Amino acid sequence: MPSCVNVDKCDGCKGKDKTACQYICPNDLMKLDRNLMKAWNQEPEACWECYSCVKICPQSAIEVRAYADIVPLGGSVVPLRGSDSIMWTVKFRNGKLKRFKFPIRTTAEGSIKPYEGMPEPGDVKDQLLFTETGKTLPKL
Amino acid sequence: MSLERESCTSSYCEDPQIVEMDTDILLIGGGMANCGAAFEVMPWAKKFGLKVTLVDKAAMDRSGAVAQGLSAINTYMGGQDPADYVRMVKNDLMGIVRDDLIYDVGRHVDDSVHMFEKWGLPVWKQAGDEGKPLDKGGKCVRSGKWQIMINGESYKVIVAEAAKKALGEENIFERVFIVKLILDEKEDNRIAAAVGFSTRENKIYYIRANAMLLAAGGAVNIFRPRSVAEGMGRAWYPVWNAGSTYTMAAQVGAELTMMENRFVPARFKDGYGPVGAWFLLFKAKATNAKGEDYMTTNGEMLKDYPPYGLAAVPATCLRNHLMLKEMKEGRGPIYMDTATAMKNLSATMDEKQVKHLEAEAWEDFLDMCVGQAGLWAGMNIQPEVIGSELMPTEPYMLGSHSGCCGIWVSGPEDIAPAEWQWGYNRMTTVKGLFTAGDGVGASGHKFSSGSHAEGRIAAKAMVKFVLDNKGFKQTISKSGKEFAAEIQKPFRTFEQFKNVTTDDYVNPNYIRPKMLMYRLNKIMDEYVAGTSTYYITSGKLMNRALELLTWLKEDSDKMAAKDLHELMRCWENYHRIWTAEAHLRHILFREETRYPGFFYRSDFPKLDETNWKCFVNSKYNPKTNEWEMKKVPHKDLVPLTK
Repeated sequence: MPSCVNVDKCDGCKGKDKTACQYICPNDLMKLDRNLMKAWNQEPEACWECYSCVKICPQSAIEVRAYADIVPLGGSVVPLRGSDSIMWTVKFRNGKLKRFKFPIRTTAEGSIKPYEGMPEPGDVKDQLLFTETGKTLPKL
Repeated sequence: MSLERESCTSSYCEDPQIVEMDTDILLIGGGMANCGAAFEVMPWAKKFGLKVTLVDKAAMDRSGAVAQGLSAINTYMGGQDPADYVRMVKNDLMGIVRDDLIYDVGRHVDDSVHMFEKWGLPVWKQAGDEGKPLDKGGKCVRSGKWQIMINGESYKVIVAEAAKKALGEENIFERVFIVKLILDEKEDNRIAAAVGFSTRENKIYYIRANAMLLAAGGAVNIFRPRSVAEGMGRAWYPVWNAGSTYTMAAQVGAELTMMENRFVPARFKDGYGPVGAWFLLFKAKATNAKGEDYMTTNGEMLKDYPPYGLAAVPATCLRNHLMLKEMKEGRGPIYMDTATAMKNLSATMDEKQVKHLEAEAWEDFLDMCVGQAGLWAGMNIQPEVIGSELMPTEPYMLGSHSGCCGIWVSGPEDIAPAEWQWGYNRMTTVKGLFTAGDGVGASGHKFSSGSHAEGRIAAKAMVKFVLDNKGFKQTISKSGKEFAAEIQKPFRTFEQFKNVTTDDYVNPNYIRPKMLMYRLNKIMDEYVAGTSTYYITSGKLMNRALELLTWLKEDSDKMAAKDLHELMRCWENYHRIWTAEAHLRHILFREETRYPGFFYRSDFPKLDETNWKCFVNSKYNPKTNEWEMKKVPHKDLVPLTK
């Protein structure tokens, strides 16, 4: 907690060279117990609840139990992230449910070609970025 | 790319492997600024045959302040005059900013935003313009004069993909934490190398470079946060930003500027979710316990701070100032009146439009601050039914959001006055050391897009620098092994003493990094204008804090780490302490209250335009171990009002 790992669902990303949650956590919180082959959050009080681990887990084994020193128990916010959109299920403490779906990306994952159709860089001494070659920059 | 497999799990591990590398350009950090730098630098690097290397403490897909995503891009000109953008930033930051740097961001930033959209970031469009890109005239949806709405859950993933493709995987080292910069021993005031360690393998990195872009974010957990247990993680700014940018620059003698500035965002209480869309898009009001709009009832207070309080949108700190009056006088809780706002909006809408509006309100959280959605779920807060509490947070230090602390840099040659430029745009006062994003001082309100653009600006200038200094050869007498010993000292301390007591957490011979951070948090909170004193400090309080900080610094030498994760925490703390000290020394030097609502000096409670409308710059002298403080004249390149 705040991110916590479901013991039945987690398979320690067996057969892969790295566990997804450990790879992605921006704060280096997720650890793998190599004997049990289960992941865990080693420092829950340093968890930003950014959901990076929840979104990336191939087994949907990670959930977030909101900060217990702030939030009453019973609510949950669960994402299902696809390639072009994300679905959110918000469950309130009183049982009410809300669902939302938002786009996340208009291109296929991995399809970016950063320099396709871009101009060659111009003069290294002027203030123009390479994509601005030939333009006139406003000045004060 | 460095493998993520963990092979070092305790401090028992053998002598570390030392990875020595040489590169022309080193990018430290993988956030928005260095993703921009990566995109810009490679075409130039290919043209001139330069090697570029990037190191990131985390994984680029989800590193930095945009890791979680964002619901808006806060800096997009879209045909507006960058000079007007300068005016907005200047007013918000109480007059003292570098117009040249801000204008420079303004004239380049749209190009970055157009790239984001091209790469796949969904940007909201006005009805009829769906599918029409911004750079083809597609009309955006603005939530404020400079902000545009996006579906930004994957914002960082998209920007990182472009950066990674640009650099090539072989030039990227993830999970490498750079902890120290090294000066050249032959050439004075010249950057030469960076050292750090892998947080996954027992490896020390020693990277020599001709030029470096240090962009490793702002500083969080300097001050005791309002939530001190699990909720401590729910920092408003990314909890992994440890002041590394400011500290590493200061330690090699780079001049800092405006380190007295801080940001205290007023946000939804405890979840720290964004309020911008509620205020700007949904036109909600914040109210006190009596249901009064304190921005109106306390409106007179703004007149004490001309001209910054009199603008159409008063400076952010002054809006806090008015809220704090309510809190101090017991008229809390402060609520965002979401229900009235939604009722007003839905008066002119059909059911489908209302549903859409509700989804937009939730997306604001789900895109960038899921924790706030979790708080609303747990507290049964449906915004159309009841409001949600607001509260100013603990102080944060940053240079890209609504704050402007950072490093003093050279400005753009075609705009900056002579005293603000020394040849290379965004270069610090240390030769070859550049910065961007949170690192550049006196130039706030760049946000995600402006940080990306600024990284690009710096990247091009670095290429120019490297070409002008092609023959540079680093002179460093210390060996990789010596750097390794210094970096891993907390390991040795732990090994040496851990068996002295039955619980290795409590031990008279050392201090674990968590406890050291708590001590820093307590000092800063109680003496240097944290939340527990309602952001009030004084010269006497700060001098006492300096005494306590001196002991803390001595004790930081006794930090102990049981594994690589804790070693990372130790070094983050070294960085935090220095950034905290710089912050304190700047507030102490500036004898006025420049940012009421962010902090107050009880001994100098007034804004003093006559004596203090100037930058405060500082420089640490590694030879004398002293901080030199000075006033630097301020100059308006763009008048505040037209």
